Amino acid sequence: MKDCRKAFTSRLLETAREDKDIIAVTTDARGSVTLGDFSKELPAQFVECGIAEQDAVGISAGLAHSGKKEFCCGPACFYVARSLEQMKVDLAYSKMPVTVVGVSGGFAYGALGATHHSMHDIAVLRCFPGMSIFIPSDAAVTERLTTLLADYPKPAYMRVGRGAVPEIYGEGLEFEIGRAIVAREGADLTIAATGEAVAHAIEAAGNLAAEGINATVLDYSCIVPFDSATLRKYALASGKVLTVEEHSRWGGLGAIIAEELGEEPVAVRVLGVPDENAPHGTSAQIAHYFGLDAEGIAASAKDFLKK
Amino acid sequence: MKTLDLISERSRLRLLEVIHFSRAGHTGGDLSALNVMTVLYQKILNISPSTLSDPDRDRFVLSKGHCTEALFVSLEAAGILPKEMLDTLGQFGSPLAGHPTNNVPGIEVNSGALGHGLSIGVGMALAAKMDGRAYRTFVLMGDGEQEEGSIYEAAMAGRQYKLDNLVAIIDRNHLQISGDTEDVMGLEDLALKWKAFGWDVREMNGDDTSDILKTLGSTDYACGKPHMVISHSTKGKGVSFMENVAKWHHGVPTEEQYAQAVEEISERIKALEKESL
Repeated sequence: MKDCRKAFTSRLLETAREDKDIIAVTTDARGSVTLGDFSKELPAQFVECGIAEQDAVGISAGLAHSGKKEFCCGPACFYVARSLEQMKVDLAYSKMPVTVVGVSGGFAYGALGATHHSMHDIAVLRCFPGMSIFIPSDAAVTERLTTLLADYPKPAYMRVGRGAVPEIYGEGLEFEIGRAIVAREGADLTIAATGEAVAHAIEAAGNLAAEGINATVLDYSCIVPFDSATLRKYALASGKVLTVEEHSRWGGLGAIIAEELGEEPVAVRVLGVPDENAPHGTSAQIAHYFGLDAEGIAASAKDFLKK
Repeated sequence: MKTLDLISERSRLRLLEVIHFSRAGHTGGDLSALNVMTVLYQKILNISPSTLSDPDRDRFVLSKGHCTEALFVSLEAAGILPKEMLDTLGQFGSPLAGHPTNNVPGIEVNSGALGHGLSIGVGMALAAKMDGRAYRTFVLMGDGEQEEGSIYEAAMAGRQYKLDNLVAIIDRNHLQISGDTEDVMGLEDLALKWKAFGWDVREMNGDDTSDILKTLGSTDYACGKPHMVISHSTKGKGVSFMENVAKWHHGVPTEEQYAQAVEEISERIKALEKESL
């Protein structure tokens, strides 16, 4: 088990030691992002904005305009709401190569309630032309992505969770921007997931295999640019795609996949957060409640295959 | 100063022309801010057609992006924006929008949503400090724009990072789209507010090119504080029937109104040309 936030900040610190143009910008969130070591070791590459997300994104745009490489970091819930217009205009529309890193996204903040949840980030940001969207599934993907985003020439958003997640990939990880990772192959069903839901999907696929159901698991750590080719290859072969995400059922990965396959003879079932606020509880309890853990995914898969 | 006045009046004429032909524009605020942009591009900013990508060029951000026509004509007068490009304003597919976009020569960032420019300017000024570069960053805001809360986040950051290489200007023409700023949402005491935020605050007559040049030309770039210049101006400046009339916030003159505006400005141009002979 490994924490994606720490994987991000450790890799960022390593990369920034070598590249003095890398700047970490934050909003009184050095603790919640785990940027404490970065701020102490590289103070000249650290910009504290105070609790002011709009300013942080605007400042990041201004820094990027002058050749700096920004990682603008703080809780996902505040960036993709309070500073949404700055992300739309100052980053996406102006094509400023800033990465906004939203930590503790989805319902990772658990019982803190809907103020701290962000079920809408994919839905909103994918409507901004030129904005790339990533929700890495484990620490290895997070590290690789951090390295790639340091020199990525476009605006981007990366959401990471809060707690430790299973380590899916080791040293042999092959990850490219614009490509889904085929985490497991099976002919009966295709499960497409993003973020922490990928580990749950893999666990569910393992349990299904014990019952004789073989599922492919596609890891969409990179949501935009969307890898349509890999989806089509497995979706057309299996005829059924189950999508899983810690996001509203509206507008997220499931919606993208349903739109992609709209003219194909493929059934799509979308698992996500329905039109309601999450009950108060830990993120694991909330995932279970919404059927987004391994048990819920396996149950939905079996039901889906009966239809 | 007669030369600056002449350039400004010629730009004023061109401004009315492009608004008249494109059938759109934020005429009143264009006219109140035109003198400031003329002085900036003619005398203050170290920008020329050959230095548009120079890392040491001064940066200008038009935060009140709706006054883009004044920026377009100022860039044209500085030889940066080609006339043929400006002539396309208002046509389908033109590279020029009704707000600034950074595909246009000389324009640094896209703007038009109010309350964004000062934060971007803070980032640009901070980058100069980080890299030890001497360029300065200028941000022109509207007075109605001062109602956007995000500006005060940037105000705090400007002081926190001691950005004495950042100059913000407020085009204080007193009118926003619904009427007098003090009736819509009172802004005064504007100077006192910015002083309380720790900025070096000065005021100037934005209708007077000599006062603009004197004020912007005497900035102390080593004072350890960001600079705020409140530019007292007249909305619709230079066209008699537009001056101090809120409805000209955005408005396109009729044929008759256009002819009258052209006549007024042309007479001043003739007088200035005679004086400069």
